[in-house]
Amino acid sequence: MREIITNVATNKKPVWTKKDLLGLEYLSREEIELILHTAKSFKEVTTRQIKKVPALRGKTVVNLFYEPSTRTRTSFELAAKRLSADVINIATESSSIKKGETLIDTGRNIEALKIDIIVVRHNASGAPNILAKAVRSSVVNAGDGRHEHPTQALLDMFTLKEKLGNLEGRKVSIIGDIKHSRVCRSNIWGLTKLGVHVTVCAPELLIPEGIEKMGVSTTSNINEALDGADAINVLRMQFERDSALAFPSKGEYFREYGITEDRLKKCKKNIIVMHPGPINRGVEMSSEVADGTNSVILEQVTNGIAVRMAVLYLVATAKR
Amino acid sequence: MNSILIKHGRVVDPANKRDGVFDILIKGGKISRVAKKINEKAKVVIDAKDKIVSPGLVDMHAHLREPGREDEETIETGTRAALRGGFTSVFCMPNTDPALDSPDAIKDLAKTIGKTALSNVFIIGAITVGRRQEALCDFSAMREAGVRWFSDDGSSVEDPELMVNALKAAKKEKLLLIEHCEDKKISKTGVMNKGFVSTKTGLRGIPKESESIRVRRDIELAEKIDTRIHIAHVSCLKSVELIKNAKKKGIRITAETAPHYFSLTDEACQCYDTNTKVNPPLRTAEDVEAIKIALRENTIDAIATDHAPHTDAEKGVEFDFAPFGMIGFESALSIAIEELVDKKILSWPELIKKLSLSPSKILGIKKGTLTEGAGADITIIDPEKKWVYKKEERASKSSNSPYMGKTLKGYAQDVIVGGRLVMKERKLGVCS
Repeated sequence: MREIITNVATNKKPVWTKKDLLGLEYLSREEIELILHTAKSFKEVTTRQIKKVPALRGKTVVNLFYEPSTRTRTSFELAAKRLSADVINIATESSSIKKGETLIDTGRNIEALKIDIIVVRHNASGAPNILAKAVRSSVVNAGDGRHEHPTQALLDMFTLKEKLGNLEGRKVSIIGDIKHSRVCRSNIWGLTKLGVHVTVCAPELLIPEGIEKMGVSTTSNINEALDGADAINVLRMQFERDSALAFPSKGEYFREYGITEDRLKKCKKNIIVMHPGPINRGVEMSSEVADGTNSVILEQVTNGIAVRMAVLYLVATAKR
Repeated sequence: MNSILIKHGRVVDPANKRDGVFDILIKGGKISRVAKKINEKAKVVIDAKDKIVSPGLVDMHAHLREPGREDEETIETGTRAALRGGFTSVFCMPNTDPALDSPDAIKDLAKTIGKTALSNVFIIGAITVGRRQEALCDFSAMREAGVRWFSDDGSSVEDPELMVNALKAAKKEKLLLIEHCEDKKISKTGVMNKGFVSTKTGLRGIPKESESIRVRRDIELAEKIDTRIHIAHVSCLKSVELIKNAKKKGIRITAETAPHYFSLTDEACQCYDTNTKVNPPLRTAEDVEAIKIALRENTIDAIATDHAPHTDAEKGVEFDFAPFGMIGFESALSIAIEELVDKKILSWPELIKKLSLSPSKILGIKKGTLTEGAGADITIIDPEKKWVYKKEERASKSSNSPYMGKTLKGYAQDVIVGGRLVMKERKLGVCS
């Protein structure tokens, strides 16, 4: 572990100073690179026989989840445990207001238990921002409404860097329900800061107003999005929720936008196929593509732990 | 009641087209004389050198929350805040609990006003019973109780047929309808302006059309019935265009805006500060520009605060869950000075007019003037004084303002209501 710390300290000038990780909009390129660099060292740890370092021994991480989540919560829990932190999970199906206690009161009560980091997922956009202002503990955003899901984007970027090296000048297309996706927003902020050309592709009604001001191109033509792309990030279509209003049916969506082997044949040979999960097979992409050689979907999941270890480590040891 | 002599002030009185240094003598609750030099002895003498002596400001749109939400504001605290802001007359909206929808409700509140109000308070009645948008209130009975202005503010009158009936009834009784223009089928569950910032923040957007489409309908209905209508809190370019055209056509429409619509854009929402959550929402730079031009061109007649108090507990939640509204009494004049006078959008007489004479005319009250013989409601403004809007020094019961903590410029220094000096050098209390 000392090795990792010195690596971080000597190779990279920037020092982490932020109490919280609320979104990639708020980070500089250097800060993003620091997280990815730190994650690289932690990934090595996860390949060892004993996958645990004492970096956060004596620290406590609380997973405060207002929305159901298995993979993100598990990933954060494992990340914290591999850093030797103690972890508590608080899951509440209903929003704070329905429960009768406000988010800020909940946060302050948790903080009174002398914890160090609150990892929060919430259905209301901006909830982590509001929480972070109210508590002294670090707040890590594990997905808020349609706003951001920074650790998902960081693990996407980490995976891309593993495959492509420098991302400067690369072309990445994000395909699917752009409008309702926090994963998309975080990816846009992060990728554009690293010099990536980002295209978002969706049926017109699922491209939100003004998104091009975030520095991306937009299209509703899947061929345009695939043409020349080094990687595609395929988002989940939430037919059970909002997406249904904008597109008639799963079958039609698959025909118009689904990623199939036929469509991949016309792409760059080594195009990288990503998906934040959980996949709707036969909606966003075919099973063949999901399980095929271009897919890095399971590697994303693996990398998620290293990236979250890096984030927890950096916010816990921030030079405030 | 003692006599008051205000000396050496720059008297700005749009009703008499007066703008210059004059002395004003107040006797028996009325303006006794306005002249270049008055040497008569008075019990109280105010040196208003370098100050602006204005007719008492009139706020045609405020929420005083009584009855029902006395935890947010009361007639007493609300009018204290109004005086601190230089407002000597305040119109309170009927979206209280219960709503102000009957002569009894009006009479009860009038009693409270008589006992506790520090400024003049005029009651606006609800258009529909319980603000439920089903049946019209008994306008003529409420008129007898003293109400000549009606609004379902907080909501628009959604049903066009109901609106037609309301306009007809208002015409018959010579009353004014004040419309909150919002098509709920468009605004839905939105919490801020729809656009780049709502996309970025992931907050649900309210399209500008939710306002302008309703403005369009109401103009058309007012034209058809051939009666007056007043549009509350205009926030966007499209509404301004519609109102401008309607006025050109001779339709009897008037409009107001609020200081936050000419000073803030939706970018203020990007930090999820729930004090920036208002309805209609803060719009974009082009709208702010359009509102300013509309004020200059008199497309928008009046500036009102839409003072909407909410407790810290109500506002201290996720942006989605917080109620709409911000308080405005204590900051409105300062914001208007900085955004309109300093930026040369309006001259002092034009600003004073929008804050006093114009709303008085729209509402048909004898206020907003310094004519000899008129009731003495006067606001003396220090136009240059820098001050910090501190939470602990506020007069309102609530503190939900995005301007809280900010350094502002210019304020009401002394206020006279009905010939009584009720605020002296920023301190409230009857001093004469």
